[in-house]
Amino acid sequence: MQSYVWRRLLAVIPTLVFASMIVFLVIRIIPGDAVDLIIKNSPFMENTEEVRKQIEADLGLDKPIHIQYVQWISNIVFRGDLGKSLMRETSVSNEIVSRLPVTFWLGSLAILFALVIAVPIGVYSALYQDTLGDHIGRSFAILGLAIPSFWLGTIVVILPAILWGWSPPTRLIPFSQNPFSFIAVFISPALILGASLAAVTMRMTRTMMLEVLRQDYIRTARAKGLREKLVVTRHALRNALIPVVTLVGLFVPFVIGGTVVLERIFDLPGVGQLLLLGVMDRDYPVITGIFLMIGIFVIFTNLIVDLSYGLLDPKVRYQKN
Amino acid sequence: MKSELILDVQGLTTVFRMEDGSEIKAVDDVSFNVKSGETVAIVGESGSGKSVTAMSIMRLIPNPPGQIVSGKIHFEGNDLLSMSEEEARAIRGNKISMIFQEPMTSLNPSMTVGRQISEPAEVHSMITSQKASQMSQSLLDAVRIPDSADRVSSYPHEFSGGMRQRVMIAMGMSCNPKLIIADEPTTALDVTVQAQVLHLLKDITYKTNASLILITHDLGVVARYADRVHVMYAGKIVESGKSRDIFNSPQHPYTLALMNSIPRLSNQKKEKLKPIRGNPPDLSKLPVGCSFNPRCDFAIKQCFHEKPTLTTNNRYQSKACWATINDK
Repeated sequence: MQSYVWRRLLAVIPTLVFASMIVFLVIRIIPGDAVDLIIKNSPFMENTEEVRKQIEADLGLDKPIHIQYVQWISNIVFRGDLGKSLMRETSVSNEIVSRLPVTFWLGSLAILFALVIAVPIGVYSALYQDTLGDHIGRSFAILGLAIPSFWLGTIVVILPAILWGWSPPTRLIPFSQNPFSFIAVFISPALILGASLAAVTMRMTRTMMLEVLRQDYIRTARAKGLREKLVVTRHALRNALIPVVTLVGLFVPFVIGGTVVLERIFDLPGVGQLLLLGVMDRDYPVITGIFLMIGIFVIFTNLIVDLSYGLLDPKVRYQKN
Repeated sequence: MKSELILDVQGLTTVFRMEDGSEIKAVDDVSFNVKSGETVAIVGESGSGKSVTAMSIMRLIPNPPGQIVSGKIHFEGNDLLSMSEEEARAIRGNKISMIFQEPMTSLNPSMTVGRQISEPAEVHSMITSQKASQMSQSLLDAVRIPDSADRVSSYPHEFSGGMRQRVMIAMGMSCNPKLIIADEPTTALDVTVQAQVLHLLKDITYKTNASLILITHDLGVVARYADRVHVMYAGKIVESGKSRDIFNSPQHPYTLALMNSIPRLSNQKKEKLKPIRGNPPDLSKLPVGCSFNPRCDFAIKQCFHEKPTLTTNNRYQSKACWATINDK
């Protein structure tokens, strides 16, 4: 088990190096650059070759790209420094860290909502297959899949405002001051983000439940004289939920993508908004820093999911060698 | 004591509704009984209704598509079929337990075998959860699984097929049942393991004076372990009697055909095995008259018009057949 974790952790390094290279390169290939924007936004600068050279030299963009990469990566490795924003000259690491809690809350609440909504509906749908309840549940699942969260988010913000002059709360009150109003801010965006995840989870739960309920050991459980409720909760559910755990692991990148959109719509000061700002500004250190962080996060959640498999499924045991 | 009836099945008929709305009779007017401490075998090909009979006794026929449409199943004097689900549940796994044919898939893969073994006793509130693991351990001892103290916390995938079937037997024993139904308990096992498992089953039922319904398609097993036999074909019992009698002089052409199709070590003349010609019956397209007539070597005219009924002859052997077997 321990050696398995170490091997997995070791395998993270080449993955991250490769990912960081791609991120670093691709963002420089797309048209437009920070220099243009700095000149455009400054009342004192003229768009001359001289000025451009000067700015590029200040920002370190005049050096060849591989030198820039080595500099960037060695700063991260040796000093834990993601560099400074080209526009605001603030530390990228500090900005990410200060915004991380917002994104973390939004993302985890979205996954939590998805599971709380989807698992019971999925189980119900499987137990009462092809009844009205099952059809309603599945229709909602398809609806949840079909409706894009940017549209639903916009509607949720705009519609109540037009109809009743009310809109969901967006002002962040620190958690330490009032935990309830802090979480209240996240409820609507997390529900919206969770809805599309819930759709997939519900369908997966339903399919797996149907599969498991057909198994011979369910018949054994019934033959023991267990109440149907116990057959479902004790024997079926646990086996059905093993693949659902993997699904949650796969959600993580999707959720991070979703937070970018929903933080913008609900004006939440999270990492997603920072990323959006960075992309608009071609603020290379911000973008690469965030992507690197996302990469690390996704890799580690996958590792956690793989390890949790061993706890859920006794057949999975991590061998040496 | 010996002759006390523990199970009395009368006219059991179980139908399954097909996708196209038609119904097939998987079990058709089946009657038999089981005495206390007795081993009764039900023999037949796949699809002959053996397992459906067993599942009907357990009241575990999935509805829809299945349904018990008529008949009575008296267990210790009470009709199982007229009981409420809750009353039936109290008997299921408790006084009647069942051992299934697929030991590889009949155990929950994510639960320790110890927990699974003591579960029937736990749900029928015979033991407290503290004593459960102790009980599982002694049951594992009883089915001769070594290192029972360690094995109670193992998972099914850590056991071989034969050991899993022993676990199933241990599970079936946990409430000291009056009746055990073993549905092809050895089909999925190696030949050497088959004998061990059957011996164990017989031994345990003998010690606890439980009755055993042994469902099998293996006549060799029947001859060795059963007191009485019922041969089923196309949902009906076609022949029944003491296993010795049936083995020595099968009266129904189907029973005879079954016996001719099994290899015998005592066969000195190197006779060829005779397979039963034709295919197992399609329950939705049974022929007029006797269901076995298309495959029968002895069929007479009457067999194609009239359904034979089970009639007893003077040797305590019953058969449902118009024809007489003559040695060809």
